[in-house]
Amino acid sequence: MDEAHLKRTPLFECHVEAKARIVPFAGFEMPVQYTGVLDEHRAVRTAVGLFDVSHMGEVDVVGRRALDFVQYVTCNDASKLAVGRAQYSGLMTPRGTFVDDLLVHKISDERYFLVVNAANKDKDYAYLCAQAVGFDGVEVRDRSDDYAQIAVQGPKALPTLQKLTPAALAEIKYYRFVNGEVDGAEAIISRTGYTGEDGFEVYVAPGDAARIWRALLAAGKEFGIMPAGLGARDTLRFEACMALYGNDIDDSTTPFEAGLGWIVKLDKGGFLGREALVRQQGDGIRRKLVGFEMTGRGIARHGYPIWASGKEVGAVTSGTHSPTLGKPLGMGYVPVELAGLGSVFDVEIRDQKVAARVVEMPFYRRAR
Amino acid sequence: MAQPNDRRYTKTHEWVKTAGTEATVGITQYAQEQLGDVVFVELPAAGKKVDRGGALGNIESVKAVSEVFAPLGGTVSAVNGELEGHPELVNQDPYGAGWLVKLTVAPGAPEGLMDAAAYESFLAEEGAH
Repeated sequence: MDEAHLKRTPLFECHVEAKARIVPFAGFEMPVQYTGVLDEHRAVRTAVGLFDVSHMGEVDVVGRRALDFVQYVTCNDASKLAVGRAQYSGLMTPRGTFVDDLLVHKISDERYFLVVNAANKDKDYAYLCAQAVGFDGVEVRDRSDDYAQIAVQGPKALPTLQKLTPAALAEIKYYRFVNGEVDGAEAIISRTGYTGEDGFEVYVAPGDAARIWRALLAAGKEFGIMPAGLGARDTLRFEACMALYGNDIDDSTTPFEAGLGWIVKLDKGGFLGREALVRQQGDGIRRKLVGFEMTGRGIARHGYPIWASGKEVGAVTSGTHSPTLGKPLGMGYVPVELAGLGSVFDVEIRDQKVAARVVEMPFYRRAR
Repeated sequence: MAQPNDRRYTKTHEWVKTAGTEATVGITQYAQEQLGDVVFVELPAAGKKVDRGGALGNIESVKAVSEVFAPLGGTVSAVNGELEGHPELVNQDPYGAGWLVKLTVAPGAPEGLMDAAAYESFLAEEGAH
């Protein structure tokens, strides 16, 4: 994309002030790191980190048949949501593959708030609008420009955010949210995140975002808060084995293959992709997303081929040197015969075959 | 950002410091800043012959992998074994303890490489700070 057409989040000036390195990402100029990925990663695992995730897309589904519509386009069962609860789900193609992965929040019986990947927002919105044509009593609205989103993540996220809000944060359980105030401004406060740590995602009006960002940095100072960029966001989500669209899942992969069968509710009624998923459940999957550690020397990266018995059998979807575990780890699709714990295969790294072994996912699980 | 005056630089952000037929090679301060936290350094075995401009190794940061090119042709005489356990030396001291390899090269001053002032102008033209 032409740099002149890149968008900026309401927090752009804050990132420049903090001397962040800015890179183009999903059509936005985003901070990839401030002081360094490892420091920022460690701050989130041990204290608290602050992420600008305003590039994420927000879409409202409103109207009398809002639930029917959400049920039709996603694979998880949104009828199980009470007001104030959020759910991880998949926006499905008719083939049972991912248009995107997303969070579905139930605001009211007639309003569901969807949070989608920045890189997919335009595609998702067009897809949702096309699907909505067949539904009377549903309106799909792109609200992405109406919200800035700040993620406060880490073991000290709660005491940091609590200084700025009267909402009783400790009472908000995981995957629940409240409408409240942060630094005097209206906000949706959701106990969700993409780091494998406790934390909150806060949706605010763009005009309030910079003030709240600075207030959060001041509030978290005693805990060692750091602003964290896309680099740390990726290593954190990777260790927690949370899928990244475009890497670990895309429109060629199904939830069953990706190990996300728990978000597929085949008995909830008809939905896009259901027939394909029923068929795949009956036939069984042929490939599966696994986590692996490198037993030879090298780091697996997205797109590197996976070899076994002299044949190319799969590909790495994500890989890096895990900052918390201190070793190179990866995820990738392999034939189910190679997906069992302890199975071995080779990753091709710059024309060399380097040995790897399947290990348990997630790589990192926080102590609760 | 001052570059040491005792060595030469490439447009691909390596440095080389020669003493007789021994040439020590590393990456520049600018290169390590761009890479970010280095977590793994892949270097050739001693005895390997490398061409000028040819692949010398790879440096992996948490974010990505980046190739290192040989500023001069020669034979690898030593690799920095410290980097196996402490790849962060490349970040912390790119012009010193973070050196990568030593090459045995033809005697004489290296030609066609930039001195410190020329490299700084090059960085300025590239838009680096």
